[in-house]
Amino acid sequence: MISKKSKEAFFNPLSKDNPVLVQILGICSTLAVTASLEPAIVMGISVIVVMALSNVIISLIRNTIPTTIRIIVQLVVVAALVICVQQFLVAYDYDVSKQLSVFIGLIITNCILMGRLEAFALNNGPWPSFLDGIGNGLGYTIILVIVAAVRELFGSGSLLGFQVIPQWCYDHGYENNGLMILPPMALITVACIIWVHRARNPELMDN
Amino acid sequence: MEELNLFVKSIFIDNMIFAYFLGMCSFLAVSKNVKTAFGLGIAVTFMLVVTMPINYMLDKYVLQPGALSWASDSLANVDLSFLGLIMFIAVIASGTQLVEMAVEKFSPSLYASLGIFLPLIAVNCAILGGALFMQQKEFPNAWTATVYGAGSGIGWLLAIVGLAAIREKIAYSNVPKPLRGIGITFIITGLMGIAFMSFLGIKL
Repeated sequence: MISKKSKEAFFNPLSKDNPVLVQILGICSTLAVTASLEPAIVMGISVIVVMALSNVIISLIRNTIPTTIRIIVQLVVVAALVICVQQFLVAYDYDVSKQLSVFIGLIITNCILMGRLEAFALNNGPWPSFLDGIGNGLGYTIILVIVAAVRELFGSGSLLGFQVIPQWCYDHGYENNGLMILPPMALITVACIIWVHRARNPELMDN
Repeated sequence: MEELNLFVKSIFIDNMIFAYFLGMCSFLAVSKNVKTAFGLGIAVTFMLVVTMPINYMLDKYVLQPGALSWASDSLANVDLSFLGLIMFIAVIASGTQLVEMAVEKFSPSLYASLGIFLPLIAVNCAILGGALFMQQKEFPNAWTATVYGAGSGIGWLLAIVGLAAIREKIAYSNVPKPLRGIGITFIITGLMGIAFMSFLGIKL
């Protein structure tokens, strides 16, 4: 059931072949939804679900899609799945769906999805594709959670909405760093993560 | 006057890249030299200008709650807004295909210089994002939506050309090894974003 190939499909994207840090895919949403932890987690889960399902569907019909119109077919499959996720969120978690605003819709054009559909699901069976989808979704979610945790901790002094930095710190003159909440700091946080990741994996460095 | 304000605002203050991070993937991937960056920027602007009024009409006369009342009274209660995403992406994907064919037929030289970037525009988040923001902002007419599309596209163009120019120069600098390539590009984009934020206080 779990061959070597499936194992690689699942574990590689977690670090060595991470979609955000190494393949540089799906940056838009990584940056835009990470001002606090809760929307980041919801976004991560949505991407995992859409990704696993779309990988399986495309992989099942991969032999019947004519190559000339495959992009449109892929977009339609992904768009249908994203609409399901969006309606589900509006129904069960309205506040978060308001916070994420257009970014749930933008999962459709999230390059991780198209990238994985093109590179993996079109050439592999449903089971490895499913694992690849889950693996890449998880790899993406991990980065999202790290960035969001750093930004929420330093920007608002809380995690998941609970105050983490105690009151006496503020009494002694500690201030939240408002800059962390602003969009540009997301880029710089990701850059620092890339820095650490590449320093630990020298084979990934550019020359 | 309203339109002019919106235009300037969508270029500098609501810049697609620095305020919303839309179209980041191609922004980072295609910004290695100024010439290709400029070509892609033009293509994105053009697609935004073309698809924005179409999507606006679709939204106003087909998708919104009660939008179909012009067809017959019995349809006045139909709400198709949940189909928005799939309609927009279909318009954008088929628009890209059409533009690609038209450019190939009438201007082979432009086609050759844009190359693979034309089809890739279909999955550029800036275009779908533009359509979704247009829906959120509830513009009064299609002309305003087009102006918004043009402004967003030009903002994107400015950003990618600026980044490409900096990246061409940074090739001569001594960047720490793990940061080389994509890492430093993220930091530059972040700094450019902070610079663009100085436009925030401007009231139009």
